[in-house]
Amino acid sequence: MAGIPHDHYEPKTGGEKWLYKRLPVAGLLYDTLMIPTPKNLNWMWIWGIVLTFCLALQIVTGIVLVMHYTPDTSLAFASVEHIMRNVNGGFMLRYMHANGASLFFVAVYAHIFRGLYYGSYKEPREITWIIGILIYLLMMGTAFMGYVLPWGQMSFWGATVITGLFGAIPFIGPELQTWLLGGPAVDNYTLTRFFSLHYLMPFIIAGLVIVHIWAFHTTGNNNPTGVEVRRTSRAEAEKDTLPFWPYFVMKDLFALAVILAVFFAVVGFMPNYLGHPDNYIPANPLATPAHIVPEWYFLPFYAILRAFTADVWVVQIASFVTGGIIDAKFFGVLAMFGSIIVMALAPWLDTSSVRSGRYRPMFKWWFALLVFDFMVLMWVGSQPTTEPYATISLIAAAYWFAYFLVILPLLGVIEKPLPQPATIEEDFNAHYAPKTGGSKTLVNPAE
Amino acid sequence: MLKHLATAAILALALPSGAALAAEEGGHHIENVDFSFDGPFGSYDRNQLQRGLQVYTQVCSACHGLQYLTYRALGEEGGPDLPEDQVRAYAAGFEVFDQSLADGAGDFRPATPTDHFNKSSLANAPDLTLMAKARAGFHGPYGLGINQFFKGIGGPEYIHAILTSYTGETREQAGTTLYENTAFPSGWIAMPQPLYGEDVEFADGAPNDLDSISTDVSAFLMWTAEPKLMARKQAGFVGVMMLALLAALLYFTNKRIWAPVKHPERRQTPAE
Repeated sequence: MAGIPHDHYEPKTGGEKWLYKRLPVAGLLYDTLMIPTPKNLNWMWIWGIVLTFCLALQIVTGIVLVMHYTPDTSLAFASVEHIMRNVNGGFMLRYMHANGASLFFVAVYAHIFRGLYYGSYKEPREITWIIGILIYLLMMGTAFMGYVLPWGQMSFWGATVITGLFGAIPFIGPELQTWLLGGPAVDNYTLTRFFSLHYLMPFIIAGLVIVHIWAFHTTGNNNPTGVEVRRTSRAEAEKDTLPFWPYFVMKDLFALAVILAVFFAVVGFMPNYLGHPDNYIPANPLATPAHIVPEWYFLPFYAILRAFTADVWVVQIASFVTGGIIDAKFFGVLAMFGSIIVMALAPWLDTSSVRSGRYRPMFKWWFALLVFDFMVLMWVGSQPTTEPYATISLIAAAYWFAYFLVILPLLGVIEKPLPQPATIEEDFNAHYAPKTGGSKTLVNPAE
Repeated sequence: MLKHLATAAILALALPSGAALAAEEGGHHIENVDFSFDGPFGSYDRNQLQRGLQVYTQVCSACHGLQYLTYRALGEEGGPDLPEDQVRAYAAGFEVFDQSLADGAGDFRPATPTDHFNKSSLANAPDLTLMAKARAGFHGPYGLGINQFFKGIGGPEYIHAILTSYTGETREQAGTTLYENTAFPSGWIAMPQPLYGEDVEFADGAPNDLDSISTDVSAFLMWTAEPKLMARKQAGFVGVMMLALLAALLYFTNKRIWAPVKHPERRQTPAE
């Protein structure tokens, strides 16, 4: 296995040698924990740990919640209230699980945008990026199905709307929707299968997380300069890197503690802020809520879904060319999934030879606009589809696609990048240079 | 290109039919009420909850139910906190249907503290247990909901506004009488005005004008929706404090670990 040269585990005592010969698990843990990590990583590199923590938190709280929850349409809502009222600490468990999903998505969006800015998706980290997108898709599926379980009004109608998207696929749509739901409409058979899958998918995510970590432990971490670690010799690699333990473990744990303090403030003082009040009304198939809104983390993509209406010319062209097979509804579905697919294709759409946005003067602005665009989509996704929201969402959706399909390929050709540092060590020392100067020769103390 | 798209979309209206979005909700103003349980350190006022229980029992319960609430919860700490004998006496004043009586045929018996409150007796009357969390009073600015940071989500405020915003106007629609209520999203509500002021007499002589009893019953319904609010805030506070301490310790640990890497020139100083 290729990688940055570093020291490896050596069994020393008799017991260690005995185990190592049979199962080199200590070696695996050692190599994982002592992985050489670029020493110039900034605070945007903490989200991986936050995400790992979120996955563990969701699995642990979720397993306990399952002990008290009843997946049956006549009992689900009441069983959630039973958890809130009668289970010891149940209200904290449920609020941590519900808000934990929000923290999970805050972290994943920060993690994704960090990757987009510093070019973490570029060669040779394409596999890491693709696995990451798969994890993100599974997260969305898991979160969506989890939201159905309390069987409130938004649970029911959200499930109806989202599975309806699959029904929009030509030819196989209706059958596919029936297959997903387990029957003709959202009902008990839907609840039970969503419950089963909601329990299963986090473990698939956990498996993919291991592959994700494996992949970037093979290529090495990206870093804010985008310059690769020197790997001609161990001595050179050690000038650019520090072992993950203890340097980055401590840094990440500090960041995690700060983020969790904020998280506990939300759970303790305003646990329903990010939820929708309608989900405290039991599901009623006969009463459609005035306003069906997904959870905040789906809003940007929900806005893209709704942006392409029948009177938009691209929709009309698509409809004309395909002889009506692609109608406005299916176009919206394609746009929504397409918006994630173009993101997955970023490694091949970005033509720039420079990895980090730090050295790309034009890219910086387009990227800032993309982040702003994401916020606008999130806001407009929660609004009604009347004007001016319809126009805003169409412009914002168009920019999302333009960024990946037009701007990224073009920038690599027309942009003149700034000079990059030769090594990570140079960047690090420039950042921490003593004010008096002159001690540049003193780098890297002997351990 | 963007300009073209914009012009093309000017008349964009209803979307893919799956997303059943209705017209925007009415912009009815909900007045903020200073409840004792607002804010991170706010707590329920036990006397107010007991007064609210009285309003609920004497007025609301004629039509509405509290099916997720047990009678024993009335005696729990952080709520109305009634003494055990009063909880028993209160429960015994209601009848519940028990399937195990009369050899499996089922019969009514007086409720015990472990029973739940009755469901709504009027089919159209919604259950009130979670009403204070099922409505949001505040949405702004621009639908962002940021004002909920400062005022709370506004469920009890919404209940208070509904109870105090009847104009007295009525209208017939499809055989039902609707009552004008300026706080209700459509402006016309099926519930007749339930409270007029002086509907109940409080033993402690607390004011029983319309605004006061509406506030009391709104506070009570917030408690029925969130009976563990005080325990939750306490857990949150302890959590934040512990994590702040942990973060401080980790901050200094991290700083210490990195110091020789970031500032190798300082290694000579004997203080380290």
